[in-house]
Formats: sequence, structure tokens, C-alpha cells
Amino acid sequence: MTQLDVATAAPHALAKLPLDALHRRLGARMASFAGYDMPLQYEAGIVAETLHTRRCASLFDVSHMGQAILAGAGVARALESLAPADLISLPRERTRYTQLLNENGGILDDLLVTRLPGVEERLLLVVNAARKQTDFALIRETLRPFDFNPLDRALLALQGPRAAAVLGALLPGAEDLAFMSWRAFDFGGAPLFVSRSGYTGEDGFELSLRAEHAEDLARLLLSHEDVAPAGLGARDALRLEAGLPLYGHDLDETIDPVEAGLGWSIGKRRRLEGGFPGFERIRLAFEQGPSRMRVGLLPQTKAPLREGAQLYAPDNETVGHVTSGGFSPTLQRPIAMGYVASNHANVGATLSATLRDKPIEVDVAALPFVTHRYFKTPVGKDAR
Amino acid sequence: MSDLRYSKDHEYVALDGDVATLGISDFAQSQLGDIVFIELPEVGKQVAKGKEIAVIESVKAASEVYSPVSGEVVEVNPELGETPALVNDDPLGRGWLVKLRVSDPGECASLMDDAAYSSFLKTL
Repeated sequence: MTQLDVATAAPHALAKLPLDALHRRLGARMASFAGYDMPLQYEAGIVAETLHTRRCASLFDVSHMGQAILAGAGVARALESLAPADLISLPRERTRYTQLLNENGGILDDLLVTRLPGVEERLLLVVNAARKQTDFALIRETLRPFDFNPLDRALLALQGPRAAAVLGALLPGAEDLAFMSWRAFDFGGAPLFVSRSGYTGEDGFELSLRAEHAEDLARLLLSHEDVAPAGLGARDALRLEAGLPLYGHDLDETIDPVEAGLGWSIGKRRRLEGGFPGFERIRLAFEQGPSRMRVGLLPQTKAPLREGAQLYAPDNETVGHVTSGGFSPTLQRPIAMGYVASNHANVGATLSATLRDKPIEVDVAALPFVTHRYFKTPVGKDAR
Repeated sequence: MSDLRYSKDHEYVALDGDVATLGISDFAQSQLGDIVFIELPEVGKQVAKGKEIAVIESVKAASEVYSPVSGEVVEVNPELGETPALVNDDPLGRGWLVKLRVSDPGECASLMDDAAYSSFLKTL
């Protein structure tokens, strides 16, 4: 068989996560991702881990992601020169999703920005692992007068409908945090950053703390009967079900935020004023509609349709391609997302693809495939 | 199951007369993870040793299965259409993939027996 080498390969140059030993004790199958040796799945497997996240709560180690603090008076305005979100209006202890853009409006990375508390203007950034060197170099170079410090902290994600009860029992008050808000807690004398956010479509938290405290926290959370470990495989299945794009697959330097369906993350003031790279292209995309759109795709077959597959209109014209595809454990069927020319991208449109030399029907579908269940409060107006 | 013969690509065959039952090893299924779809060949297809005979789709990826022997497909496992996870649950039993009428039973002799395959797995 092929592909087995992918799972069994043990390359030497991979970076280890702070919880590497714990993952191995939990029976993780490791795989390389973005230069890290990451848990792909544990003994339960991707399907069971995905379903457990939707029903209960799962703990993910996402310490490979880049974390950094950017500080200095006027730093939010300065970061707006690279990213199209309204960052000036971001209140303290609130988190906003945005993208770093190139001069053509293409997406260099997507990230979360949190305005930290305190008098000093400080932003906490969380970026994709595979992009962090590039992002950090760009920010250092472009925003030279500001203090920029990458953080050496572990990042854990606790996701699922039971996450709030589990975390609230450990950190009273955490269960009341609004979606996309942030607070620093004390964990055994060390600061623990808690953000009500995630990448699964479920309610949940992302937990940032110094690596030497991470195993204690992970063990405490895993000791709860509702919490099980989940790996990268489940994380990918969950985010695809939730219609969330993955950088390097559904987002890249040729794609702008509007065609990616991320126009909601560009504030009204920014759409009018611009002041970010690629404003002209993005303004036109808003005004005239993008020429292609990221859409959900439902292959009318039992076999998953994978990344790279071309999509054809009824007259056999190529009108798009698949950027992520797999099997949905929740829906028990293949799902995919990809880019389709706007005149063929209406929900319900019938396209086709070729899978192992056979034509298959692929229907354009609404995203997300599985409804988001983020925590809603009266102040939670940032809901995506 | 002592009469199983394994390839280095983790397929097995069990020869009964001139008909070989082909599947993937327990190690292979555990490495693939949750299997969600299996594309099987048509009955009557001629398959040469080392050529693709099936495709197994797990949640993560598609993997080709290569036939360790040459022959003609005489039966495919009818249960796998509805229940591909049988290959995870019982790879050497109900999770078999294909039966082949082998053209050269001698090809099986070059494959590994249980003990040799177990030793081979330890080298991975």
C-alpha cells in the first residue's frame, strides 16, 4: 500500500511539542505538520475524536501555532496597515479574526488579534505554524518602531459543548466569557490566558500558558470524565465540517478575503477608508462581487473528493477546484470546499468532478456543513 | 491464520487451491485509521502482481492496495460497500477485499509468512 510511509515516517528535524511525552503516553500516532511532530490521532481514532468533540469536549495541543505580543502607542492603527480588520476599535480583552495581506490583497496568513488589558497598547497575535516565521519577519520589518516579542508558550484548545462546564470548575468565571473575548487567569501561580474561541465550530476555549505548566493543565483537564484528547486529524475534520478555511489549502497569497468568504471580518470603516494592502482589489470585490467564491461541496458519491480535484460545469468548462476534502464523521458522508466561478457558485448548482477516471456529481452547498454552536451572550456581538 | 502470506506493502493473501483471498494486514488498517470507503475491482478483471487492485479511503487520505499475486478477480467482498469499517474491525477475517484465481501459485511462496512479517514490522 502507499501512504503508509506518511504515517510511519519519523523524520529527525521535526520540532517537538512541549507535551510530546504526554501525547506518546496517551497512545498518539504522530505525524509531521508545519515542521512539528504532532499527534494525528489517539487510540480512539479520527471519527470517534470528532464525534466526542461535538457531543462532549476534546483537548487539542495546538502549541505549534505562533504567539506574539506587539506593543506600543498606536500599535492597533499600525497593524491596520497590514490587516483589514477594524483593530482601532477593538476593546480591551476582546479578540478579532483578521488576515495579513500582500499588496495585491492576497492572504499571507490568517490570525487572531486580542487587545490585552492595561494602559499600554498591546496586541496578542496568534498565527499559523507554517507561516509564523514569514509573518513575524513581515511585522518586524513593517512595524519597526513597535516592540515585537514572540512568546514561548504552549497553546491548548478545549472544545465542545461540555468545555465551559469543565473549564469553569477549574477557573471560576471562565464559563461566563463571551465568544471572542479573553481574560488572564491564575493557574498555580502562573498566568493562563483564556480566549473563548476555537477552530471546531463548537463552543470552547484556547488556553495559553508557559510550557512548563502545560502538562499540569492538560492532565487536569484530561482527568475530567467529559474530556478526551483529540489530534490534528479530528481538528481538520471539525473545521471542514464547520466551513472554516485552512491556510495553505483554502487560503493562500492568490486569494483575497472577499472571495474567501471572509468579507465579514473587514469592518465597515476599513471598507470605506482602506489603508491596507490590496485595498483596490478588495474594494472592487465588495462593489462588483468577487469573480470566484469559496463554497461548500457535496460529492454525490460515497468516496471522498480530495484537494486538487477540478470542478466542471455541465458544458465541461472548468469552473473551479477543491481546496479541502474529506469524510465528515458527523454527517457520515464526504464533504469538501473549494473555489468556484461566481456564476456557477449558487447553492444547489450541479457541477461534476473526475474521481479515478469516473465522473461524479458534485453539488454546491452552503457553509457550514455543521451549524456553529458558539457561546452567545448579549455582549457577544463579534460572533462570526 | 498461519497460512497467510504477507507482502512488504502490508497486503496479505490466503491461498485455498488456486483461489487467493486478499486483504490488508492488521498493521496496515491500524496505520490507515478509520476507513470510510473502499473501491473494489470488477469481477473478471485481470490483475498483474504489483499492480493496483483496490483503493482504500480513510478519513485522511486515499491509499492504493497492490496485488501481491497475479490472477483474475473472481469475487469482491459484498459487505464492504455498506460497512467499509469491517477492514478496521476484522482485517484478516470479514474485512477481506478480493478473491483472485491466481495464475502462478508459486508467487505466494516469495511472500512472507507470519513470523517473517512480524520480524519485518519490527524493522519499520
